[in-house]
Amino acid sequence: MINTQIAVIGGGPAGLRAAVAAAQLGAQVLLLDESDHLGGQLIKQTHKFFGSQQQFAGSRGIAIAKKLEAAARSQENIAILQEATVLGIYEDGVLLAEHKGRVIKVRAQRIIVAVGACERMLAFPNNDLPGVYGAGAVQTLMNVHGVRPGRRVLMVGAGNIGLIVTYQLLQAGVEVAAIVEAAPTIGGYLVHAAKVRRAGVPIYTSHTIKEAHGEEAVEGATIWQLDANRQPVAGTERHFAVDVICLAVGLSPLSDLLWQAGCQMKYVPELGGTVAVRDAHLCTSNPRIYVAGDVAGVEEASSAMVEGQLAGLSAALSLGLGGKEAQEQLAEAKAQLSALRAGPVGEKIRAGLAWVEKGVTADA
Amino acid sequence: MRITDHPILQFEKGPKVTFTFDGQQLEGYEGEPIAAALHAAGIRTLSHSHVKKRPRGFFCAIGACSSCLMTVDGVPNVRVCVEKLRAGMRVETQQGKGVLR
Ligand SMILES: Cc1cc2nc3c(=O)[nH]c(=O)nc-3n(C[C@H](O)[C@H](O)[C@H](O)COP(=O)(O)OP(=O)(O)OC[C@H]3O[C@@H](n4cnc5c(N)ncnc54)[C@H](O)[C@@H]3O)c2cc1C
Ligand code: FES
Repeated sequence: MINTQIAVIGGGPAGLRAAVAAAQLGAQVLLLDESDHLGGQLIKQTHKFFGSQQQFAGSRGIAIAKKLEAAARSQENIAILQEATVLGIYEDGVLLAEHKGRVIKVRAQRIIVAVGACERMLAFPNNDLPGVYGAGAVQTLMNVHGVRPGRRVLMVGAGNIGLIVTYQLLQAGVEVAAIVEAAPTIGGYLVHAAKVRRAGVPIYTSHTIKEAHGEEAVEGATIWQLDANRQPVAGTERHFAVDVICLAVGLSPLSDLLWQAGCQMKYVPELGGTVAVRDAHLCTSNPRIYVAGDVAGVEEASSAMVEGQLAGLSAALSLGLGGKEAQEQLAEAKAQLSALRAGPVGEKIRAGLAWVEKGVTADA
Repeated sequence: MRITDHPILQFEKGPKVTFTFDGQQLEGYEGEPIAAALHAAGIRTLSHSHVKKRPRGFFCAIGACSSCLMTVDGVPNVRVCVEKLRAGMRVETQQGKGVLR
């Protein structure tokens, strides 16, 4: 049994920041991550980030990951356990993890869950054929392992992820036949859209995928147009010979651990799926468990980092660590989050949060 | 399928090793996920659905979706998208839910 004051599950931007914030207040922290690298989603991202200056806007995701990792490694009171998959969180605050083929037990006074999100599927005939890949998987394969996912790709989704991964595919020498987007307008930033258009990739808005073709693997795809009521219009089909269909239609929080731990959960479409109900300090219905980052609601790296900071501070403060300065940092983190979510882009997130922060009810 | 030059990235690879896929000898780099090595060799069908036996490839690549379960060195249900390749590994297409030996 390993004893620690705070266990952080997940070493992405949210978890790394949470660990550092708590450790700076003097907490003994154990960070567990299932992979062999730290940085979570960031390590696949070769593009320069948008977001706020405080959260390294203008740097590439891979560079941000290195900085966050260095900050965590320089804190003596943070122990890091990689290749450790947390399997369950139990009533007595003990969590079980699989570490290199062995099961280990960790007893923690506070647990911060920062496990991120997983790619969403889309329903269409033959969507189970090999070659239908999530955008995150395509990124991992080509940006981390240096293997092309295929020769010619149809991208589904013109949000930031769809646009960015398209560009990354082109950089890796893979052809992108087209991007389809069900909405009448492009969801991602126009700079990214302009970049892929300049590279000659057509973007079909108000279109969706009708079906994939192939026996053993994807050999092609048919798309069709959607009318104003988002109903497909027969006769508008277009066919593409592609060997990969890349889905960039959003992420869903990886909520399994929180369900298993018995936290009160709520389905909030604005946040990407089922998330834990929590208070403004990111504490769930279980006073021992906090959430931060994409698992608390799919947003972006900058908000994940600030949420990590907030959860780390709150968890340490709840253990009686930190003083007036920590309270000020907490207020500062909250102000930063509001600033990130201000304006029209944050409208959806604000609506979702209003719903989920309503307070932890007694029937949990 | 391997990327040899990239405008931004350099790939640090472990030593080249051999392994088998359903008896066929293949090469890959030690430490990369088994699925990456298979992909680089042009193999995309990793598993089959239980009822209709439809081919399945990988989907999430982070060990979260179970679309890539194979039998590795006799152990069934290994997520090859996150399991690292080692020299001499025996990677096999799994029949059904697999059996523990
Ligand atoms: C293509 C793409 C482009 C993006 N571009 C931008 C951008 O330009 N700007 C921006 O701000 N954001 C961007 N984002 C979003 C950003 O990457 C995410 O919002 C951010 O990484 C979320 O951080 P996180 O720490 O919550 O989760 P993650 O980064 O997903 O980290 C979760 C970590 O938890 C670990 N883990 C999961 N389960 C377990 C378990 N059971 N036990 C132990 N460890 C576990 C994982 O290994 C992982 O390391 C982009 C995302 C993608 C996919
Ligand atoms: S591809 Fe999803 S678990 Fe391996």
